[in-house]
Amino acid sequence: MAIKDLPLEEHYIPGSAACPGCPASMALRMVFKAIGKKMIMVVPACCTSVIESLHPYTSFDIPLLNIAFEAAAAASSGVAAALETMGRDDITVVAWAGDGGTYDIGLQALSGAFERGTNFIYICYNNQIYSNTGIQRSGATPYAAWTTTTVGGKTEFRKEMGEIVQAHHIPYVAQTSIGYPEDVYRKVKKAKEIKGPKYIEILAPCPPGWRFDMSKTAEMGKLAVETGAWALYEVENDKITFNGKSKLILEGKMKRKPVEDWLKLQGRFRHLFVPERDEKRLKEIEDHIDMLWRRYRSWVGIEK
Amino acid sequence: MKVMIDTGNYIAAKAAIMAKPNVVAAYPITPQTTLVEGIAKYKETGEFKGEYICVESEHSAMSACIGASATGVRVFTGTSSHGLLLMHEMLHWAALSRLPIVMCNINRVVGPGWNIWADENDSIAQRDTGWIQFYVSSNQEIFDTVIQAFKIAEHEKISLPIMINYNAFILSHTSMPVYIPEQEEIDEFIPKRKPTWKLDVDNPITFGNIILPDAYIEVRRDMQRAQDYARNYIKKVAEEWREKFGRYHGDLIDRYRCDDAEYIILTMGAIGAESRIAVDNLREDGLKIGLARVRVFRPFPKEDIVELSKKADFIVIDRNISVGMGGALSAEVKSALYGNSDTKVYSYIAGLGGKDVTFKDIEKMIRKVVDGKVKTLEWYSLEE
Ligand SMILES: Cc1ncc(C[n+]2csc(CCOP(=O)(O)OP(=O)(O)O)c2C)c(N)n1
Ligand code: SF4
Repeated sequence: MAIKDLPLEEHYIPGSAACPGCPASMALRMVFKAIGKKMIMVVPACCTSVIESLHPYTSFDIPLLNIAFEAAAAASSGVAAALETMGRDDITVVAWAGDGGTYDIGLQALSGAFERGTNFIYICYNNQIYSNTGIQRSGATPYAAWTTTTVGGKTEFRKEMGEIVQAHHIPYVAQTSIGYPEDVYRKVKKAKEIKGPKYIEILAPCPPGWRFDMSKTAEMGKLAVETGAWALYEVENDKITFNGKSKLILEGKMKRKPVEDWLKLQGRFRHLFVPERDEKRLKEIEDHIDMLWRRYRSWVGIEK
Repeated sequence: MKVMIDTGNYIAAKAAIMAKPNVVAAYPITPQTTLVEGIAKYKETGEFKGEYICVESEHSAMSACIGASATGVRVFTGTSSHGLLLMHEMLHWAALSRLPIVMCNINRVVGPGWNIWADENDSIAQRDTGWIQFYVSSNQEIFDTVIQAFKIAEHEKISLPIMINYNAFILSHTSMPVYIPEQEEIDEFIPKRKPTWKLDVDNPITFGNIILPDAYIEVRRDMQRAQDYARNYIKKVAEEWREKFGRYHGDLIDRYRCDDAEYIILTMGAIGAESRIAVDNLREDGLKIGLARVRVFRPFPKEDIVELSKKADFIVIDRNISVGMGGALSAEVKSALYGNSDTKVYSYIAGLGGKDVTFKDIEKMIRKVVDGKVKTLEWYSLEE
């Protein structure tokens, strides 16, 4: 599907308080288009609690429950259970959380909801930081990235949330990137038709957090995929398929670009290049990505 | 009407399912476990037709209750001690969201060290969350209060969650005979919930987004007004229950032989039941003692306490302590009396850590006051 073929329907209405170039807003538009107005959204503390706009106004034309930072998945279980008792299987429950609310503080509730089979879509927009509170590190922050709590660059690699979720063997798991809105749309639309727990993670390059120009959000989302720093895939009932450029990279039909091409454009990695190149850390990052792709290939049986 | 002989927890489970909640979300903790087991059993037999969510923590239990209640349906849960403490953030969330969730909390000691017996520090620590708090003293009162609680919580002018507290083991695991009304009578007493707001795809609202100070102050003031309203409504519901079912456990306060009393015992929970026997025994010895068992701690029965203070001095027995101050009930009573009464207030801390407090202990405490040997705060069972 091409972008021009996306539905015109909008439930992300004017008046939002997002930064210009905000990836979460771009992704939300796609989610609303894919699901339509018959949805209930649950949002924990994150940038979206601000993006929604201030009481008594709202920029979301769907029913939305704000909830505590670690509680999105559990509250969604409650909403879904109540809808079940009312026979409302026409309503889609969506938890919409940042990477902090997903990888870190909300991980327990998320795991619990997946394990007990809650019928909902959990969407993590991953901007790789705690943005709401002013750019602190999260479990999703990549190695060597500057944040206000990793001033010299993060000393640990990010965890692989996709793998953690797959270990729950839920019906649908997908990774996508806002660089490809049609991929986001397609995956959300597919998840909507599946019963049980669904997980979608959207890479969300954040201009103020990653330190790049606000006109470049989509481009940063694409480069992350082209360099292999992020992979597009979907897992349906434990069967994994890579999508778009990630599929080409996986099958050796396209060589992934050097990760530097992505890092260089982001102020948060500036210390890897200025005043001089940090060859050690640059190599560690490349090696780590190579390791991940070896793993991906082993998942699909290309590599043992 | 039939009689069921069972423990406090099974009685609570029975009351809960007779209230026909759509959703129950709970996590096990001693001594609440048999309550959730009871509900799981009713789910299995088909007597409970709602959804029972087995969550992975109490924080998630309350979060799930909030999510469910926000869709406009009836919700119940139960917990105790550390479970209640883990819920703390979500207790505020539930009350500020004005969701009429009903919860039983089995009062249990807070660790370390680990101790599973009766003590009220768990729920006293939730005093300021905005929940209405009951403290009950028999299994019959558990049943009656759970049903009454749905009516009170769901009243459009109240719309607040309610916590029904009862003592670990003393009630939770002790069998007593309880009168159970017919299902139709309960259906009539608490008709289907009419929510004041809900998540609705036909009328979408964003609930709980960023709010500025002026509007927030209004939210808090409205909660205070709702609790003030509840003060009278709880009395009305207790009266209605008496008319319909012939049982009465007091309104905000359960008064016993207070009319000509020179000293009135003020306490909560199971110590209240034990105090009745102490009052009778002391009266046989000619001591004019009465009992005011505080049934409702939030909203606090300020006016009733002032009224009781007109003729008697107070002896407060707290099974909790706000460390650095004293017993919570004692502090609240004094605050209610300030500027309204010169009544003397003698305070005891007793029964912490699940230490038994029998009527004999209570008699000793009272005699010591009457003999003029108690100055301010006394730690019963430690002083000798
Ligand atoms: C229990 C709790 N701890 C901390 C916070 C403060 N807090 C609010 S949002 C946030 C970070 C959110 O990060 P993320 O989930 O990545 O979303 P983003 O802000 O990046 O959109 C934090 C730490 C909170 N609201 N609640
Ligand atoms: S900080 Fe980033 S994620 Fe948050 S609103 Fe701004 S652009 Fe969006």
